[in-house]
Amino acid sequence: MEADSRAAQRGQKRSTLVTNRMRIDQQVREAVDGLELPFNALGVDPYGVSKRHLRIGLGMLAVAYRYYFSVQTSGIHNIPPRGRAMLVGNHSGGIPIDAAMAIASCLLEMSPPRLAQGMVEKFLYRFPFLGEWAARTGQFVGLPENAERLLENERLLLVFPEGARGTAKLFGQRYSLVDFGSGFLRLALKTHTPIVPFVVLGAGDAFPTIANLYALGRLLGVPYVPIPAYGLPVALPASIEVKYGAPLVFEGTGNENDEVVQGDVGKVKDVIARMLAEGARKRRGDPDPPGSDTP
Amino acid sequence: MRVLIPGASGALARRLALQLSRSGHEVIGIDRRPWPAPPIEFHEVDVRKRAAEDIFRRVRPDVVVHMATVTSLIVKGEERYQINLGGTRAVFEYSRAHGVKHCIFVGRHTFYGAGPESPLSHVEDEPPLELHRFPELADLVAADLYAATALWRFPELATTVLRVCYTLGPSGHGTLANYLRGPRVPLVLGFDPLFQFLHEDDVVRAIELALIHRVSGVYNVSGPRPLPLSTLVREAGRTRVRLPEFVLAGILGRFGFPQLPTGALGHLKYPIVVDARAFQERTGYAFKYDELETIAAFKAAFPTPP
Repeated sequence: MEADSRAAQRGQKRSTLVTNRMRIDQQVREAVDGLELPFNALGVDPYGVSKRHLRIGLGMLAVAYRYYFSVQTSGIHNIPPRGRAMLVGNHSGGIPIDAAMAIASCLLEMSPPRLAQGMVEKFLYRFPFLGEWAARTGQFVGLPENAERLLENERLLLVFPEGARGTAKLFGQRYSLVDFGSGFLRLALKTHTPIVPFVVLGAGDAFPTIANLYALGRLLGVPYVPIPAYGLPVALPASIEVKYGAPLVFEGTGNENDEVVQGDVGKVKDVIARMLAEGARKRRGDPDPPGSDTP
Repeated sequence: MRVLIPGASGALARRLALQLSRSGHEVIGIDRRPWPAPPIEFHEVDVRKRAAEDIFRRVRPDVVVHMATVTSLIVKGEERYQINLGGTRAVFEYSRAHGVKHCIFVGRHTFYGAGPESPLSHVEDEPPLELHRFPELADLVAADLYAATALWRFPELATTVLRVCYTLGPSGHGTLANYLRGPRVPLVLGFDPLFQFLHEDDVVRAIELALIHRVSGVYNVSGPRPLPLSTLVREAGRTRVRLPEFVLAGILGRFGFPQLPTGALGHLKYPIVVDARAFQERTGYAFKYDELETIAAFKAAFPTPP
């Protein structure tokens, strides 16, 4: 009798898994088919982004997004549904889970879905499979000319101005920001692209780095090897939040002096730092500080 | 116009010669390789020899289309260097000395090289990449840059340097076609670069347009959008053999696999895609055959071997 009910329970669990799996597959298919990219008859866009690879890649991301990290996304309406835009956010955690979840959120939560195209580190393209999958899913090498070309094609760019230094943050620094590069802002000025600031909270909990091995990294051809607290190179199922803020528009030509550009970079960084501090406070469950304008 | 084509015996050059002569131009070909029963005036001489200059002197062409360059897949070692650089130098010297008005250097998009830092699309003012890994490409790169020096050295001579992407089509000639010829085509495991190619008739039309419009400068020439190499091989009806790079480097030229210099493996790992908008804007060029029609044309002429 008991064994029967346990079997029934198992069966039910199994069928929930199957329904979840089917639901995810359905969402992924709809997201990829809903993309407004110029695919050809073979499902390949002019830069080699392939529907088949997107489906497989997003299939995995979606499971992580829905069930493993139970991602909560807010402010998705701040991303323009069409036309060029730049998502600018913070890095945390030893591996770019934040980028993956931001990409997943744009595909799964936006209507119509959009493909956020990250600007990845050059070293990635030296590795078999990684480079191939990055290229087929629209995650191209972070060259200024690539970014400019994509924006001119009215694509959605995903930028982490902290770069690899951002993913090098240790666990205790997960809600802080390191120096922002200024290239993204010059490009935004030059191409008249709105900047959508966003923060990812929880990626630092998912991959809590306690040390970065730079010498081993040099040996392997990567910037460094992050070592999480528990030693194994896997992410923990921490809950992750992705918050998008109101778009920022800067006027200019991209040819301004460094000082001027740095000033604007500072404004973007301040917005992100504020969103980060507020998010971190809420995650800790701290009361709002007096004088805070959030209810 | 009177058009002289050094390197006229090549498959692409022959097509060009026929097309130009159909368009009403007077076409003269020279090549050290024979062209049996040529339908145009043809001289079997080496462009670097005195006899070639005498043809320039006697014919006094209006336009020269220099197609006498070779890749490392065809000619090895120092001779290739002599052909590509010595030949290009001779062509430009004779052109200036004998009243040529327009000289077109037909180069290759492999000029830009391929590496992990390859941009999505190359524009004409970029320097070559990764030359240290593929030294067999150096003489073609040098010939391309040398040809472009004519733009300032001989301002009275209109000079066009074309960097044309891979060609494919029914003739089955060219780097890409040779690579795709066999039943099994090797790919580097874990890499799948975009390949950009153009139907050979579209290349011919592009060169003809460069000639008609007498555009000066350096221009990329490409056609339809690029495809991932594995897709291209599949669509050509070939079997894809994915091998790790170190294995592939060891078996090239054996077991029916094409022979490639090891530097060429970079071109099987990373893309070379060019931005050809400048050429389109200057000449109004538009391709006729899309990527799938181009592959189909090759496949029809070279069905999968049994």
